[in-house]
Amino acid sequence: MAISQSLSPLRPDQFGPDQAQHLLNRAGFGGTTDQVAELVEMGLREAVKHLVDYRQVDASSLPKPQADADIIAPLTPEQRQRQAAARRTGNEAEIARFRTLRQQRKADDRRQLEHLQQWWLQRMIESPRPFEEKLVLLWHSHFATNHRTVEDSFLMFKQNLLLRRHANGRFTDLAFGIIRDPAMIRFLDNHANKKQKPNENLARELMELFTLGEGNYTENDIKQGARALTGYSFYDNEFQFMDHEHDKEPKKILGIAGTLNGEDFVRILLKQKACAAFVCYKLYKHFVADIPDQMPRESRSVILQMARSLRATDYRMAPVLKKLFMSRHFYDTAIIGSKIKSPLQLIVGTIRILGTPVRDMSLLIDAAGTMGQTLFNPPSVAGWSGGNTWINTSTLFIRQNLTTYLITGKLPYLDGWTRKQMDYDPTFLTEGLSNRSPETLIDHLTKILIAGPIPAQRRNQLIAFINERDGQIKKDRMIGLLMLITAMPEYQLC
Amino acid sequence: MLNTTMQAAFTRREFVHSGMAVVSTAATIPTFLHQSAYALVDPEDMPLVKDQPGIPQDRILVVVQLSGGNDGLNTVVPYGNPAYYNARPGLALRENQVLPLNGGDGIGLHWQLEPLREMLDEGLASIIQGVGYPNPNRSHFASMDIYHTCQARGGKGLGWLGQLLDQIDPTNGTSLIALSGEAPLAGQGQKTQPIAFENPKLFRWIGSEMHAALEARYQQISRDSVEDPNGIGTLIPQPDNPRSFIRRTAMDAQVASQRINEAVAQGSVTSYPGGQLSEQLRMVGAMIRAGLGTRVFYVGLNGFDTHAGQAGRHANLLRQFSVAMRAFYRELQAIGQDQRVLTLAFSEFGRRVGKNASQGTDHGTAGPMFMFGPMIRSGLLGKHPSLAKLDQGDLIYNVDFRSVYAAVMEKWLKADSRKVLGKTFRPANVLKNV
Repeated sequence: MAISQSLSPLRPDQFGPDQAQHLLNRAGFGGTTDQVAELVEMGLREAVKHLVDYRQVDASSLPKPQADADIIAPLTPEQRQRQAAARRTGNEAEIARFRTLRQQRKADDRRQLEHLQQWWLQRMIESPRPFEEKLVLLWHSHFATNHRTVEDSFLMFKQNLLLRRHANGRFTDLAFGIIRDPAMIRFLDNHANKKQKPNENLARELMELFTLGEGNYTENDIKQGARALTGYSFYDNEFQFMDHEHDKEPKKILGIAGTLNGEDFVRILLKQKACAAFVCYKLYKHFVADIPDQMPRESRSVILQMARSLRATDYRMAPVLKKLFMSRHFYDTAIIGSKIKSPLQLIVGTIRILGTPVRDMSLLIDAAGTMGQTLFNPPSVAGWSGGNTWINTSTLFIRQNLTTYLITGKLPYLDGWTRKQMDYDPTFLTEGLSNRSPETLIDHLTKILIAGPIPAQRRNQLIAFINERDGQIKKDRMIGLLMLITAMPEYQLC
Repeated sequence: MLNTTMQAAFTRREFVHSGMAVVSTAATIPTFLHQSAYALVDPEDMPLVKDQPGIPQDRILVVVQLSGGNDGLNTVVPYGNPAYYNARPGLALRENQVLPLNGGDGIGLHWQLEPLREMLDEGLASIIQGVGYPNPNRSHFASMDIYHTCQARGGKGLGWLGQLLDQIDPTNGTSLIALSGEAPLAGQGQKTQPIAFENPKLFRWIGSEMHAALEARYQQISRDSVEDPNGIGTLIPQPDNPRSFIRRTAMDAQVASQRINEAVAQGSVTSYPGGQLSEQLRMVGAMIRAGLGTRVFYVGLNGFDTHAGQAGRHANLLRQFSVAMRAFYRELQAIGQDQRVLTLAFSEFGRRVGKNASQGTDHGTAGPMFMFGPMIRSGLLGKHPSLAKLDQGDLIYNVDFRSVYAAVMEKWLKADSRKVLGKTFRPANVLKNV
């Protein structure tokens, strides 16, 4: 069966509960039957607009983070003098005091990082603008830096705010912003990129990973780009342009000559056709399908159409995203239920869809980390690969145990858990169903939890599970059923 | 930071990769069952694997990570050198706290390493002195990343063991098992992904414990081959299609979990002393005995970051290390598997020559590596780093750790070390002809 390559919109009457659920899964973290029904009620155009143009949605009730800008403040000149003197004279006691100070700051910084991770996770769980969080996650992986290297939670937070500010705006603003972002500058050593001794790290990644993709520039372009970025540094959490370190001589990047600086460099990159295509490729991979390097031709066609659109709107992303989320390609049966959930999608989605308690935030952050996705700590500048790389035999068990934990409160290594402690009552999920046959109940619950139709064998196994107890389905059995469904391979997809 | 010549040797293309875990079997059958020759045999009935020299598939590597930065100077002690005592009065080991080594020439071992000395005498252990790398990094994370990936800044997230296994055993779903907690970066390959758990009970679904009826259903759901209903298209072709990939992994996971849990439940035939490392090695021994087909085991001991009050803690850790290794090889001998198992122990850096103001030591540079097994060149290898010529108070390395890795890869596991390390390192002479 041919897969639609069309970016033209679905007919309004084709937008039903299945499509609305798919939209909410991809442009958000999924939701309850009521939330899905609301989107159906709005109709395709309004629903997509509501999700993508999220600034119209009031999010003022979400908690504000506490972020101390001085958590890793540089030493005062006086302190630096004392430290240098101590090292010179071998004053062990003084050296030890500075070490203790450093360790204390590191500990404070770690604590602040944990606080920020939980702030962000809470937003993902509670925000009425879930698409904002999905976008910020994408940009966090795209313009990847990690706390492990940056070692300053406030800088990571500042970067998060930058990504948030332009998440559904113009890609241009993200690109301009990132070359002046202190966390990025530190991560890629651009503070060491000086006229006398250029450092190519930022220039290289800017082209290879942030704008053009491999193969669309030469090594010489990187060298010239590095020169353009000399002097782009930071001090005390703020961007700082070091004029005397900046190379003001003429340069030539991708055929364009001039006394180019960092902003000129970015402008040249954005002019390249490859840039729009690359950005759309990343958007597609994040929201539509985990395609391999050898792209399926349907995906390629859609991405190129998106790129044309993106160039036509001067890199404004909202119109392209709306077009994508209204398109026939997006709602093709080959797309629905075919994308492996990221760890955060799995965790947040389960809470949102089933209304389970959140339980222990720091445990959830750790669990996401064990599954491969620690907030503020992507493994490298290439971000998270996603797709099949989320899944191996270990992470599969962790994922299944995590959803079981959310539903029941039981942790794998905690003995002494009793059923009486089960504080989550899922029977509301089937309230109002007049027909309470096992078949109806199973179809209802699998519809809520699984995108797309499930194989007949699965359905039969679940029905048999209910029939073991004369077809009764009280709280206990429903908990067991939810555990089984969320442990199904198909639950790892959306 | 590693210098630019080292960086230039790393080919970027290899490491900037989308890292898709490709499985080679097209049909949805468990790769575990497909690969393992022993899969259909009950571990209890299976004959012990006999040593078959010259057949690399049977060779196993165990990596022991001593985390925190082990103080090499108080481990492999230059007690014959006055500079040692001058640098750390009160912290340096007295002569009666040191076990002299035959032919050691003023080098001995911390007294808690008596079991290690026994193993040295039996030809089962070696100490490689002065291991490190150029432009040393004294940050835990950064230096550990370097040992895991052989690249500055952890490269692009691929580890040496993962890439090694990509070469020699890419479709083995249980090729690397890590028991020290988190999955080590060292184990991350393009296709290889480490299995990691502290307790095999964590490597399974907990739902079964909670509800008898659930386990049977869960097993059915995980192991059954299913077909999607008609009308569902596939954008991504096999075998990477996400749905089939997950179903295959789910099958693999159940089989692996069952076999690992059964293996570990067998326990050991000899007794282990107890403690973090000892427990991990006991599980390793059990899994080797059960013939799981795992090629690399990764275990660890934490706590070596002895900035303050080093003496007691360090002694305790060294004791744990040596008694655990002794017990492990006793067990391997008892079950006839010692010829197959090479162990390598390392730390992310050594510590400074001088002591600090808190009766401890700070992050340093070069330190000793240890190897175990009948296939090694046993004894005290290499030269003790100079105490006269230091790098700002730190030891200067003699042996690049990558040459030790190269020896393990080339000589023991018959792999191409250049592909993993990014350039050629002459294998250190640490193994017998194997």
